[in-house]
Amino acid sequence: MKELRLMKGNEALAEAAIRAGADAYFGYPITPQSEVIEYLMRENPADRTGMQVLQAESEVAAINMIYGAAGCGKRAITSSSSPGISLKMEGISYIAGAELPCVVVNVVRAGPGLGTIQPSQSDYFQAVKGGGHGDYKMIVLAPATVQESVDYVKLGFDLAFKYRNPVMILSDGIIGQMMEKVELFEQMPRSTEEYDWATVGKKPGKNSVFVTSLQLQSEEQEKVNLRLQAKYRVIEKNEVRYETYMCDDAEYLFVAFGSCARITRKSMEMAREKGHKVGLIRPQTLYPFPEEVIYEMGGRVKGILTVEMNAGQMVEDVKLAVNGQCPVKHFGRFGGMIPSPDEILNALEQKIIGG
Amino acid sequence: MITPENLVYEKTKVMTDRVLHYCPGCGHGTAHRMLAEVIDELGIQGDTIGVAPVGCSVLAYYYFNVDMQEAAHGRAPAVATGIKRVLPEKYVFTYQGDGDLAAIGTAETIHACNRGENILIVFINNGIYGMTGGQMAPTTLPGMKSSTSPRGRDVATMGNPLKITELIAELPGTYFVTRQSVHTPGNARKTRRALKKALEYQKLNKGTCFVEIVANCPSGWKMTPVQSNKWMEEHMFSFYPLGDIKVPEK
Amino acid sequence: MTEEIIIAGFGGQGVLSMGQILCYSGVMQGQEVTWMPSYGPEMRGGTANCTAIISDKEISSPVLTEYDTAIVLNQPSMDKFEDAVKPGGLLIYEENGMTRKPKRKDINIFSIAAYDESVKMNNTKVFNMIVIGGFLKVKPIIELENVIKGLQKVLPERYHHLIPLNEEAIHKGMDIIKKEHSLN
Repeated sequence: MKELRLMKGNEALAEAAIRAGADAYFGYPITPQSEVIEYLMRENPADRTGMQVLQAESEVAAINMIYGAAGCGKRAITSSSSPGISLKMEGISYIAGAELPCVVVNVVRAGPGLGTIQPSQSDYFQAVKGGGHGDYKMIVLAPATVQESVDYVKLGFDLAFKYRNPVMILSDGIIGQMMEKVELFEQMPRSTEEYDWATVGKKPGKNSVFVTSLQLQSEEQEKVNLRLQAKYRVIEKNEVRYETYMCDDAEYLFVAFGSCARITRKSMEMAREKGHKVGLIRPQTLYPFPEEVIYEMGGRVKGILTVEMNAGQMVEDVKLAVNGQCPVKHFGRFGGMIPSPDEILNALEQKIIGG
Repeated sequence: MITPENLVYEKTKVMTDRVLHYCPGCGHGTAHRMLAEVIDELGIQGDTIGVAPVGCSVLAYYYFNVDMQEAAHGRAPAVATGIKRVLPEKYVFTYQGDGDLAAIGTAETIHACNRGENILIVFINNGIYGMTGGQMAPTTLPGMKSSTSPRGRDVATMGNPLKITELIAELPGTYFVTRQSVHTPGNARKTRRALKKALEYQKLNKGTCFVEIVANCPSGWKMTPVQSNKWMEEHMFSFYPLGDIKVPEK
Repeated sequence: MTEEIIIAGFGGQGVLSMGQILCYSGVMQGQEVTWMPSYGPEMRGGTANCTAIISDKEISSPVLTEYDTAIVLNQPSMDKFEDAVKPGGLLIYEENGMTRKPKRKDINIFSIAAYDESVKMNNTKVFNMIVIGGFLKVKPIIELENVIKGLQKVLPERYHHLIPLNEEAIHKGMDIIKKEHSLN
């Protein structure tokens, strides 16, 4: 039976990790996501499912613990917020290079540097364009509700193991801190599957397994890169997810993700009341990006406004997708400021409808 | 003619047939063999997971015939923690050099030991960065020359050599801490015994066991293998004395 | 029906839990809800606020700049949120500690002496339940029985014996809330 609860985004996500059959969580406290590890420590999932939870000495150590557990074929998850995610980037690059599955949650706060603990979307580039070194991609899921924070943990593990690739859940301080009604999926058993790529002890008559991202020969490294790129093309073909709102008759279009898409939806409703035919596309996967639908809409509407809590990041991907078919502008608040529905509507009228 | 009948010594099956890339006279080969022989003797080849560092032994997973993971520079104790926490029945070891363990990975080393992770840490201390071409290490001796201390290590500006093993021994999480070498057959046998004890303690969940092996680096030190062993005895051992530092209370 | 509420006051007045109780009560009668706190250093003893949205339909923005109802429990909160009430909306304030009356003439204004009442009840912890009672008297958007069900969810089991006291506080709030300015 599904269970209905009113839960904080961070706590719901932690509960989802237990229910998704995660084997381990390793993390380090940082605002605004410390409720994740606090909830797990309080809940003591070792008693419920055998899931291991450990507070590491740093984000660097935590992501490398994830590497170790993922290398054994286990379902491992970590969470942090922007400055901590920067520290994890080294490890994420190694995980991508060694093709290990894991889920990394970023409850984004504003930067650069220590910045502020208030919500932001300014880690978009870091999440979708690399962040760590080397040519690699993470699958990036952008929840807009507490419910999606829960559902994406399960989806995240599924995709991570399907493609042996790190998955990032790009949340933010609003989604992490707010409480909403949430339907929790039933407890899933922890997997007992043993994978031939995982280090679980050498089998007699078989070669030993090693998990590595190292190739000393360039010829070999290029083969690895080509294999990764081929995998990314498959991900781009299969895993694009998005929602559209009132796009059928739209003359103008908003593109926004995460909590910002919710605020923008309110602006869209207000614009409709004023007689503007406006639609909204909300990418649920930021990588792979919903290029096709945005290209198609770009050929139909008079202009597109991206709304982001940053200085203009996703707007670059929207422009690439639209490919010059119509004007694409950006409106954003940043530094922890949250745009109001009014100012978004105003920006649409100024920059797109009147522009 | 070598035949099965007259064979007096056989390479352990816990080492693969790959040719080692280490320099002639380097201590890594013997250190690898001692650990591999112990794993063989204890019959735990299928239950052992190793973690290789960044440094000369970055390719250790080519040579140890056990499942292994290659960690980022300095992070082996964290990777080993992740492995041991999800597979507590397995034997887990890290094999790390001085740059990896005592410089960039100091935090991971100290905290894994302080938590008393049930792992074996093998620490190869040759006082120099071998892989990147002989730069100064945290364990480089005062006055010792390297490519980044060409006039010798000046402790006033470059800091002091770090006796991390003594530091580790102070932590309540460690159970057995020892310093050995592999430059003579006798010393190699002592190392072998220490490694065996450490893995036996791991089976009993006693906490972190830490085996330092003071080693030579003929290439980095710019000496012949024989000279380097002599220099090690004369200079390294006085600063890094061999022997047990922390032994289980009876 | 969509009710967008801001609740603001000092940390320790139960501001955040008031929003949670209203939201949980909303869940109990099958409505959509969103609760969004202010978070950060201001939580530690300074001013605190939360947004509570209760609606029959899916809730879009969890953060707002204007509200149907503002419940303000100290002067800084009245200063900050009086102007954020939508024209025709509702402002409820706690008299204790206020230095001025609200100025708006285009909204409905109620006051509630919840602190004094809680002292009379010998339990200042029910302060926020008295305020909730007052609010529900003016805007009966949630059935009382669903508030009680909400309380059962919010409170740990060991505090369930306090639910009758909380119910009494709600009734007290309904009795004592006072109209200060009305559009009708």
